[in-house]
Amino acid sequence: MTRTREIPVVQAILSANEQVAEENRRTLARHQVFAVNVMASPGAGKTSLILATARHLPANVRLGVVEGDVASRIDAETIAAAGIPVVQVNTGGACHLDAPMIRSALTHLPLETVDLLFVENVGNLICPAEFALGTHLNVVVASVPEGHDKPYKYPGVFTRSHAVVLNKADMIDVFAFDLDAFRRGVAMVNPHAPVFVLSCKTDMGVPEWVRWLLAQKEAVHPSTTP
Amino acid sequence: MHELSVTQALLKTVLDAAHQAGARRVRTVHVVVGALTGIVDDSVQFYFDLLSQGTLAEDARLCFQREPARGSCQRCGHTFAVTPPLTPMCPACGSSQLQVTGGTSFYVRSIEVEDDED
Repeated sequence: MTRTREIPVVQAILSANEQVAEENRRTLARHQVFAVNVMASPGAGKTSLILATARHLPANVRLGVVEGDVASRIDAETIAAAGIPVVQVNTGGACHLDAPMIRSALTHLPLETVDLLFVENVGNLICPAEFALGTHLNVVVASVPEGHDKPYKYPGVFTRSHAVVLNKADMIDVFAFDLDAFRRGVAMVNPHAPVFVLSCKTDMGVPEWVRWLLAQKEAVHPSTTP
Repeated sequence: MHELSVTQALLKTVLDAAHQAGARRVRTVHVVVGALTGIVDDSVQFYFDLLSQGTLAEDARLCFQREPARGSCQRCGHTFAVTPPLTPMCPACGSSQLQVTGGTSFYVRSIEVEDDED
């Protein structure tokens, strides 16, 4: 004879990941590192945004990068060529980074000499949004050639982001990109997220983005004046 | 595509709860999935069937309860259930001033288990 019963659980399925993300938050806090998770489709300009940001950072803000990729080292080599400390995380086919991957990557970075850490997630607009990494900010990068419907089609990642970057804005006219529709889509799911319209190619709009980013960093870890 | 790692986490949650309750077998798992999570039910069940082999949860059925996301019009106050792709206009008044909330849950609500009758 068997009997059946129902057991209430009510536990977030990704709570194990969340616990490691919390561990990462403590590691970053201990080293006074401000971290930003950059999410986007492949080709939207995650690496370009990191490099453009690097060009506009004041000298006393030292950058580090965790490069997430399914298999290659191409982006990591691009970052390293710019003289930025970088750790490559190959997910071996997985479509997103998770908190344990970041925990391991952090042990390979000179955190005591990093003030601002970019985590470049795997190119994908769906999966990365589900996995907290322990970063201070989530930023989603959309780009003009992808079209203005991205917030409508992939609301999850826009919901979970603190800021939205629209890259390749120098191409708005070429692609008949409806900026108002894009902004409305973002505002629909995330009314408080600022939208930075910029071009990593021409640097248009990049200073405004960097100013905002530094203000977020200062609010958490005020920089010491050299 | 992230269903594999999501399902690994789901199975662990289920097995931990089953062990804790001293259950012999898990029959049904009730999962709440938000409409904006992009998690595909069939794909999760597919991986669950593979991963749960040889565990207490082998042959368990996943029962998905969809948590809707809610759209609300800032102009006329109309509220409605939404799923991606989101509508750019209020179905009632045509306004584009919409707010979308909810639909991001992902948790195990309960499990139904079998015990040995002593």
